[in-house]
Amino acid sequence: MKCIAFIQTKAGQASKASLEAAGFAAGMGETTAVVSGELTGDGGLGNAGVSRVLQGPADLDDSQLARLVSAAATQEGADVVVCAQDHLGKAVAGRVAVRMQAGLVAGVTEAPEGAQFTRNVFSGKASAQVKGTTDKLVITTTPNAIGMPEGTGATAAVEAFNADLGDRKVEVLEAAQPSTEGRAPLPEAELVVSAGRGMKGPENWGIVEGLADAIGATTACSRPVSDIGWRPHHEHVGQTGIAIRPNLYIAIGISGAIQHLAGVNGSKVIVVINKDPEAPFFKAADYGIVGDAFEVVPKLTEAFQVL
Amino acid sequence: MEFLVCISKAPDTTTRIAFTDGDTRFNEEGVQFIVNPYDEWYALVRALEIVEAQGGKVVIASVGGADCDPILRKALAIGAHEAVRIDAQPQDSAQVAAEIAAYAKGQSFDAILCGKETIDHNSSAVPAMIAEHLDVPCIALCTSLDYEAGKAVMTRETANGIEKVAVNGSFVLSASKGMAEQRIPNMRGIMAARTKPLQVVAAQGASAGTHIAQFALPPEKAGVKLVDADNPAELVRLLREEAKVI
Ligand SMILES: Cc1cc2nc3c(=O)[nH]c(=O)nc-3n(C[C@H](O)[C@H](O)[C@H](O)COP(=O)(O)OP(=O)(O)OC[C@H]3O[C@@H](n4cnc5c(N)ncnc54)[C@H](O)[C@@H]3O)c2cc1C
Ligand SMILES: Nc1ncnc2c1ncn2[C@@H]1O[C@H](COP(=O)(O)O)[C@@H](O)[C@H]1O
Repeated sequence: MKCIAFIQTKAGQASKASLEAAGFAAGMGETTAVVSGELTGDGGLGNAGVSRVLQGPADLDDSQLARLVSAAATQEGADVVVCAQDHLGKAVAGRVAVRMQAGLVAGVTEAPEGAQFTRNVFSGKASAQVKGTTDKLVITTTPNAIGMPEGTGATAAVEAFNADLGDRKVEVLEAAQPSTEGRAPLPEAELVVSAGRGMKGPENWGIVEGLADAIGATTACSRPVSDIGWRPHHEHVGQTGIAIRPNLYIAIGISGAIQHLAGVNGSKVIVVINKDPEAPFFKAADYGIVGDAFEVVPKLTEAFQVL
Repeated sequence: MEFLVCISKAPDTTTRIAFTDGDTRFNEEGVQFIVNPYDEWYALVRALEIVEAQGGKVVIASVGGADCDPILRKALAIGAHEAVRIDAQPQDSAQVAAEIAAYAKGQSFDAILCGKETIDHNSSAVPAMIAEHLDVPCIALCTSLDYEAGKAVMTRETANGIEKVAVNGSFVLSASKGMAEQRIPNMRGIMAARTKPLQVVAAQGASAGTHIAQFALPPEKAGVKLVDADNPAELVRLLREEAKVI
């Protein structure tokens, strides 16, 4: 089987989510990576199991990227295209699937096993085994689900690549303003500290951020907290916010409503801090502290700092 | 301005998920259905706001059977002008997108607005697929849409933060949180919705590219281990030595 992995880079290196996608592809067959623009060396792709890298031009919009990736798939005779289910993957994968007349399995959460893929459905309340019914297949991998590939120590050869990409149709007026200062973006974060209405007001978020800083976590919040403007929208996790699957999710002053749990119950370990022992969140938790967040959180931060 | 807003039927967010037929089918028994929140709160409401300010109309479309009519009526009650139901059971994103694109090709919409994902299948795939069929740009994960000097201007979420972009001509977008505020339909809207046009069009018979072989519920949690509020160091130890997550 031949695979193409579509890779997103940051400062010349493949993003973490893209390396996971590349490792997934390499687990299925011989994999050629496609990147657009800047790359330092092989961007870490050889180590993820990729054998060659095709480097396309920079600054492409979603439609041009889809053309680049499908042209590479045609050239290489690829059966499968894999990319991360991240912001860019969501814009590009569907287009590639249509161009290749391929089925799309979006948001796969486990390493490949035969021709059946596991993905989350019902916002993490269930999973499904999905099969492709077309000759070719496009797969997107959920960030932080499959795990990073074991390093092969190899380096992949990089070749320039181009195709008929058409004109750029999306004009960028203002480049991205960072929304998560220095912290991992939520969908990729391994550690997340999240807080809810139990915090009483935005002025009390200092202790939440203090804990997040102590362990290098990204901050998140429940929906009402972002609805009333205590925290920005992009921190809202849950069924109607971002679905996340960090290694550790610490929930402070969040009751654990079914819509909140839906977006976070893929977390490997859940810690709940709530003053109400009956809070539903404890049923979904691995570890818990029953207590007042205003007392417990600073003490926990301190405990992380000393140890 | 004429918008097409793609509406999907979704189980209410409080639904406890269960399956039947040897875990091959979602058990719809007793399930309340709603308009997929992203389609309703963000895509539909923003389209209505723009049309209310600048004139035009909002057409909603859903790929589905007659069981979709109540959710189309609900979207009409919120303010959409016309509804179209493309008569086919939705199977996967490829089929749904092909059907919507085939319908939209014969019309002249300024933009097609989708939600960022359906809360049952969570694919985030339909909008980009529609855009490729129609060969127009797709702006994914939009948090705002405005028209400035005849150009559609949007902000969207990217891996690096929030980016502002513009397109000339028609396009598809997927709506994320921030684009608009939820609207509750009032009595007048509900009455008006009864007489608004709901057209059923035949499907093209587009085929799906995937098949769900089996569903599964996540394994039950083993139960919470409680740590004394006065001893957070014990929690730190457990996270390091037992859970090994930090
Ligand atoms: C269609 C729909 C979609 C939704 N989608 C989402 C979603 O995506 N994400 C989401 O989060 N919600 C969502 N919700 C809302 C959800 O139902 C809950 O209302 C919400 O999650 C509750 O937020 P909360 O836990 O912060 O607040 P509350 O339910 O008010 O809980 C606050 C908690 O803080 C505890 N507390 C109070 N004071 C302290 C203290 N000093 N120390 C420790 N604990 C304290 C309380 O015991 C309580 O458990 C959705 C709702 C609907 C209807
Ligand atoms: N059956 C459907 N009918 C109409 N629109 C749909 C349907 N399914 C999905 N959509 C639209 O496509 C968006 C993304 O869906 P998905 O790709 O399934 O996550 C939804 O938010 C809807 O706007």
